[in-house]
Amino acid sequence: MFAALGDETRLSLVAKLSDGQSYSISQLTEGSKLTRQAITKHLRVLESVGMVHSSRAGRESLFEFSPQPIEGIKQYLDLVSERWDRALSRLKSFVEG
Amino acid sequence: MDNRIEKRIELKAPVSRVWRALTDYREFGEWFRVKLDGPFVPGQVARGRITHPGYEHVKWEAVVQKMEPERLFSFTWHPYAVDPKIDYSKETPTLVEFRLEKIAGGTLLVLTESGFDKIPSERRLEAFRMNEGGWTAQMKNIESYVAQKP
Repeated sequence: MFAALGDETRLSLVAKLSDGQSYSISQLTEGSKLTRQAITKHLRVLESVGMVHSSRAGRESLFEFSPQPIEGIKQYLDLVSERWDRALSRLKSFVEG
Repeated sequence: MDNRIEKRIELKAPVSRVWRALTDYREFGEWFRVKLDGPFVPGQVARGRITHPGYEHVKWEAVVQKMEPERLFSFTWHPYAVDPKIDYSKETPTLVEFRLEKIAGGTLLVLTESGFDKIPSERRLEAFRMNEGGWTAQMKNIESYVAQKP
C-alpha cells in the first residue's frame, strides 16, 4: 500500500481521482508527459492495492477512487500512535517519580 | 501517510535511569504492563503475559534486536497478536526502536515503530476490537495507580 503511494505519478493520479469522479485513461493522460501505456501501468498498481477501481463504459475503462484501504490504515496507525502515547506517558511517570 | 510512527518525549531523569526502565525486564514490565519471563537478550525471544485486567490471557512476545547501552534498544514484534489459533510467525513483524539522548534536564527518548505496510487487514481489525473492549478505560485506571509509585 505504501509502496503504491510512494511514487509521484501515482500520487498525482490519486489526487486527481480523489474528487470522486470517474476518469478515462485518456483524461488521466491529458497534460501529462507520460504515455498512455505508462499511466495505465500506474493505474493497475493502484488497482492492485484496492485504492482505485475500474469499470468498463463501452470501449473505455473508467477509473474511480476507493477511499476504504487508506482509511483503514490511517485509523490503525492512529490507534497504534495513541497506544504509544499512553505507554510513554506511563514510562514518564515511572522514571520521573 | 507514513509507514512508521515516531514519538519524541523528554524525560526528567538521567539517561542511565531511562535505560534501566527500558531494558530491565521487570522495570519494563511495570510501565509497559507485561509480566516477562526473563531478561532481554539480543537475538533472543522475550516472552510474557500482558497484565492489564481483562487481558491477562494475552501472550506477549518480542525478539530483541539491539541493546547498545544507553543509546538504542530495539525489538521486533507482532502488535495485537492475540488469537491463539493464528500462527503470527508467518507475518512480518514491526520494528520498535527506543533511542536515548542526553539533553539538558534529562533524557530525550525517541521511539519509532516501523514496518506497518506488511500488516494484514485482519490484524488491523483485531486492534480495533481490542481497543473497543475497554482497553482505554483500563489503562486510565492503571495509569493513576502507577503515578503514585516513585
